[in-house]
Amino acid sequence: MLLRHTPTEITKRKALTINPAKTCQPIGAMYASLGIHGCLPHSHGSQGCCAYHRSTLTRHYKEPISAGTSSFTEGASVFGGQANMLQAINNIFTVYNPEVIAIHTTCLSETIGDDLPQIKKKAEREGKIPEGKHVISASTPSYAGSHVTGFSSMVKSMAMMAEPTGRKNGKVNIIPGWVEPADMEELKRLTSLIGVKTILFPDTSGVLNGPLSGEYKMFPEGGTTVAELKSTGDSRGTLALGEWCSADAARWLDTKHKVPCSVLDMPFGLKATDRFIDALRTIAGVNIPEEIMHERGQLVDMISDMHQYLYGKKVALVGDPDQLIAMTEFLVSMDMCPIHVVTGTPGKKFEKRIRELTRDMGCEVNVKAKGDMFLLHQWIKNKPVDLIIGNTYCKYIARDEDLPYVRWGFPILDRQGHQYFPTVGYKGGLRLLEKILGVLLDRKDRDDPEEKFELVL
Amino acid sequence: MRKVAIYGKGGIGKSTTTQNTVAGLVELGRKVMVVGCDPKADSTRLLLGGLAQKSVLDTLREEGEDVELDDIRKQGYGGTWCVESGGPEPGVGCAGRGIITSINMLESLGAYEESEELDYAFYDVLGDVVCGGFAMPIRDGKAQEIYIVVSGEMMAMYAANNISKGIMKFAQSGDVRLGGLICNSRAVDNEQEMIEEFAKKLGTQMIYFVPRHNDVQRAEINRKTVIEWKPEVTQADAYRGLARAIDENKNFVVPTPLEIEELEQLLMNYGLMEAA
Repeated sequence: MLLRHTPTEITKRKALTINPAKTCQPIGAMYASLGIHGCLPHSHGSQGCCAYHRSTLTRHYKEPISAGTSSFTEGASVFGGQANMLQAINNIFTVYNPEVIAIHTTCLSETIGDDLPQIKKKAEREGKIPEGKHVISASTPSYAGSHVTGFSSMVKSMAMMAEPTGRKNGKVNIIPGWVEPADMEELKRLTSLIGVKTILFPDTSGVLNGPLSGEYKMFPEGGTTVAELKSTGDSRGTLALGEWCSADAARWLDTKHKVPCSVLDMPFGLKATDRFIDALRTIAGVNIPEEIMHERGQLVDMISDMHQYLYGKKVALVGDPDQLIAMTEFLVSMDMCPIHVVTGTPGKKFEKRIRELTRDMGCEVNVKAKGDMFLLHQWIKNKPVDLIIGNTYCKYIARDEDLPYVRWGFPILDRQGHQYFPTVGYKGGLRLLEKILGVLLDRKDRDDPEEKFELVL
Repeated sequence: MRKVAIYGKGGIGKSTTTQNTVAGLVELGRKVMVVGCDPKADSTRLLLGGLAQKSVLDTLREEGEDVELDDIRKQGYGGTWCVESGGPEPGVGCAGRGIITSINMLESLGAYEESEELDYAFYDVLGDVVCGGFAMPIRDGKAQEIYIVVSGEMMAMYAANNISKGIMKFAQSGDVRLGGLICNSRAVDNEQEMIEEFAKKLGTQMIYFVPRHNDVQRAEINRKTVIEWKPEVTQADAYRGLARAIDENKNFVVPTPLEIEELEQLLMNYGLMEAA
């Protein structure tokens, strides 16, 4: 009982967070920037920040994560980090020669008020940014928002690289949000099946799920290219997947370059994928290809075949807002009952949306934005569930409460596969369902009395 | 909309000058927002008739991040919008970060949107440019014109020179410019001539000489700007003059700060003239 000190009685807490359901803004910014081809992320702050962000990403993706740091000392904290940043830009382009340096700030550099756009201009003027190379930046103080906010800010900075030529490129921008490299790959497969030409950004497929070839490449083949990012201003429109992760960038392109945007939910589960596919179909002006209809049919088939094991099962969810919204809808659509839903990311809209999605579910829902895992655990103690879905940190709750548990979200530090097998789209829905059924039926087999132990389920 | 930041040494009369000038701009029919960037939160006292404004950071602390524009701004004299950034109590926390947070918040809440139809946004900034936070109002895309309130006293001029260094740094990458020095007279020897010369050496102008008058103090006791308190007094006309000078100003420069020796020499030349 590692969490034996968690009391059942819930007392009101105002300032204290226990076992947060979120992490640092720069982790999100770093992950997003790895979705640019030939990009070196750079952390403007002390060394420890950068080390933590790199190691968290490595632990999740099981890939080396290269990133620079401004390596603040006492002096830099007092006099500002401009000198370190200028030196870093110079060193990085000289030694590693990336296409793009994507700089994010840290708590320290934000607090002392370093102004990255100003430093970038100074570097430009002093000729420290070679011709054809790029420096982008995002402001990511960890004391505001969460890793999702940091991701969204860096994606917006990517959108700000747009340089419209005035000639339309016939493509559609797709901003996938914080999903796995495998999910990005799957999104590209779906769009190409429908016949829509796209610019997907960020795109970490091929970057963070690459093969072991024996040869180390600092900048793998994958990632959205600079030329593509520049071209986003000439696109026909933008599909932003997820209000929290992607909407800011899409709205910026809409306001600034008149690229019309629509914000959809992340395509996890049946209904959200339906809406995504429908949006693509409308844009392409085609019928939905047979292959996709086939996949959808398979998902519907499995849901109806196994419905008896799903019906009425109570679920606890923890993760990031966009993912949880789609997952909640998916579970509700299969007559499951997500009764406890927690995200560590702030945003009252989240609670409202979850309440809307669960309105007709028939049981009461606990939902909290800016919540923590301690609260989730207390809710579970008060109202037990049949299943918990969330990142690796859920394993403590799952063990103590003896709960079937599906790992999904960020970070997953103790199981593999998430980089390689998507959970978006209909195929992804099948995989989620397979995992959910797997743990539920394993539990049934474990707990059923001998006379009820069945060969066929 | 013109975005104006007022800097100057602590106690020089920035808040008083700003509010009295804003009252003058209101008489000219301008729509103004004043953003106080001082933890003491007393930059809008005269426009609001007292310390009546709940600061942005207090609101943030008490009500969390879901703040609305009407929670943090209040209408004062002549329809001016008044905002106080606020900040921590003396000796704790980080006041500079407070300014960054509140200006970001005002932007995201749309206080500067065109639909607000502002002619001016004034930032009244605490003391000297001491850290990154206090330079927030002059970052790129924020205030474009700066006025430094100064007097003929050594330390005030020293501070003005230091602030010019900050402006020079930001002017290199952005479009922030120095609009001039406002001399808030302390009735020292040869004050007007000295500040005019100082301004020239900085590459700018003394945009106005505000004479010293007790009516300013009297109006302050009444929690009013001079123009509101007694529109007919001569000091009210002085502020009207300053408002007009700012409204018509076209002289915006990247300042050329002085070396300390040069500054001291200036002070000696003008200060000794009288004594000799």
